[in-house]
Amino acid sequence: MKGNEAIGEGAVRAGCRYFFGYPITPQSELTHYLARRLPEVGGLYLQAESEVASINMVYGAAGAGARVMTSSSGPGISLMQEGLSVIAGAELPCVIVNMMRGGPGLGNIAPSQADYFQATKGGGHGDYHLIVLAPNSVQEIFDMTGKAFDLADCYRNPVMVMADGIMAQMMEPVELKDEDRFEIPPRPWAASGMLDHPGKNLINSCYVVPEEMEEVNIKLKEKYTKIIREEQECEGYLLEDAEIVLVAFGTASRICRAVVEKARLLGIPAGLIRPITLWPFPADFVAGNTGNAKCFLTVEMNMGQMVEDVKLAVNGKAPVFHYGRMGGMVPVAKDILQEVQKLYNGGVVK
Amino acid sequence: MKKVFTRPQVLKDMPFHYCPGCTHGVAHRLIAEVIEELDIRDTAIGIAPVGCSVFAMDYFEIDMFQAAHGRAPAVATGIKRVLPDRVVFTYQGDGDLAAIGTGEFVHAATRGEHVTVIFINNAIYGMTGGQMAPTTLMGQITKTTPFGRDRDVHGFPIRVCEMLAPLEGAAYLARVAVHTPKSIIQAKKFIKKAFEVQLKGLGFSLVEVLSTCPTNWGLSPLEAVKWLEDQMVPYYPLGEYKSPEGVF
Amino acid sequence: MARVIFREERCKGCRLCTAVCPRGIISMSGSINEMGYHPAAVVELEKCTGCTLCALVCPDMVIEVEREEKVV
Repeated sequence: MKGNEAIGEGAVRAGCRYFFGYPITPQSELTHYLARRLPEVGGLYLQAESEVASINMVYGAAGAGARVMTSSSGPGISLMQEGLSVIAGAELPCVIVNMMRGGPGLGNIAPSQADYFQATKGGGHGDYHLIVLAPNSVQEIFDMTGKAFDLADCYRNPVMVMADGIMAQMMEPVELKDEDRFEIPPRPWAASGMLDHPGKNLINSCYVVPEEMEEVNIKLKEKYTKIIREEQECEGYLLEDAEIVLVAFGTASRICRAVVEKARLLGIPAGLIRPITLWPFPADFVAGNTGNAKCFLTVEMNMGQMVEDVKLAVNGKAPVFHYGRMGGMVPVAKDILQEVQKLYNGGVVK
Repeated sequence: MKKVFTRPQVLKDMPFHYCPGCTHGVAHRLIAEVIEELDIRDTAIGIAPVGCSVFAMDYFEIDMFQAAHGRAPAVATGIKRVLPDRVVFTYQGDGDLAAIGTGEFVHAATRGEHVTVIFINNAIYGMTGGQMAPTTLMGQITKTTPFGRDRDVHGFPIRVCEMLAPLEGAAYLARVAVHTPKSIIQAKKFIKKAFEVQLKGLGFSLVEVLSTCPTNWGLSPLEAVKWLEDQMVPYYPLGEYKSPEGVF
Repeated sequence: MARVIFREERCKGCRLCTAVCPRGIISMSGSINEMGYHPAAVVELEKCTGCTLCALVCPDMVIEVEREEKVV
């Protein structure tokens, strides 16, 4: 199935019954898919009047106790930032999908990875984090969408599944898990009416007294510390003796895998680190693989975003370089290989 | 002797932070009384705005949400679509609803969302210190219209009930005031009808409540009552603008 | 017979009640409550008819009203 469809199916099979969203290329097919699929399982697809309205409908539905999601692309995700900060502040679970496109501004509908900063460094205001998952195959898109709902409920936090226009359109075989194999944990905190629970429940992120607001922040910080400790996920390929380590996520990682194989055929000991969670960034894995590495090369479809997190994790043990295509251009394996060769031969990547 | 007027239980027994003479307190009480009379306390879910009445989230002893500025009707949509048997209402001021929230309330109305919007119109922004609102009257002096609202610079005040009336999804629209005993009694009747429209599954209901803001109008509470009567009511006529046929 | 009970510590001295009482028996007290306002109070309580107009306009639920049950 297509990437966009895999998200929809992954969500339905994880028990998501509510989608509020707005069309934007390249994720509109997800909305079409869910508009047909959700009513089949007694759910609702509602097209909102804007992304601003969408994220607030998600807030309402999540606070009422439902498994709910939305999706968009860069400009729409920008519009959702206030809502995401509010959802995180109110500690509500939900899933947001970002199918990245060329930018900044209106950009274009070609694929990119230029929303990494927005997703991982907090596009919204205040101290909060989204958990960010980066699949690189349609199977992973399906699996990670389901996992996103579990993580969201486990931590009472919004979770983002981030991919790009290529993955949205890509078609690959997918193994689907059973439709009724999901478990939604109870929500005693939901404001669904006092009929459902003793006393009053309040869904809120506004704390006028600074001491109280700090208490909330301390609680959030403890949560994020736990997530950083327990949820980092990463994949390594041919790292044992790698001297040049490529670091890439999503579509770029698929291209880099081919580059690493080609490099090896040329006798260059290259390897690949593929972050799967972008937040928490798998710093432990990266730091643990600096042993033989003479340098790191992040390959991204942006002007240099994840490279900063790689630099932090490598912590000066080796130089870290960046190769990127921007504005919707997709890196070509041949060009990346050239950069790898340059580095191996003592040159500097531009 | 028998008690013929007591405070509703749905409101927490704590002092309101509102200014002396601010009629938010009256509007809160009327909604609370309606909730009690309709016996919907356990199924009611209210959404508080950003504005002076942000603390409505604390005052109403029912499940409550705090919404971002202007977004309450979208939040209400999310809640009601998940919980169609609950009674969902928003409480919003004139900046929240008629400025930043215009998209949300218009689309909730045209989708016919089964929610109730209580719109407090005091022709000014209270919480942020007295700036112009979309409902500020022509010539009215505010912090951001120090020479009076000017049609060439600021355009015209917006009449929400009249604007929504042509939308088929809007089932019940009424404008009331809470500055005199007579208007308060009428206001409660229409607020109750709005909630009944929701309970009967007839569609979107909205009650616009003309309210005083003595502090930012620069008037005493009693002067503010007179200003509302003399200045606001002629521009914002009271009455029912839409009501489902054959229902009441 | 009727009477009103004013919860003086909640009164903000807005005077809205003084203007609606048909008997004109509500006036502002000389004392000052904890919030710093002169609370409204009824001096000639025996003239109260329990019409509830004062309680209706009060934004702070300061006033409770009691009336004698009519015996038919």
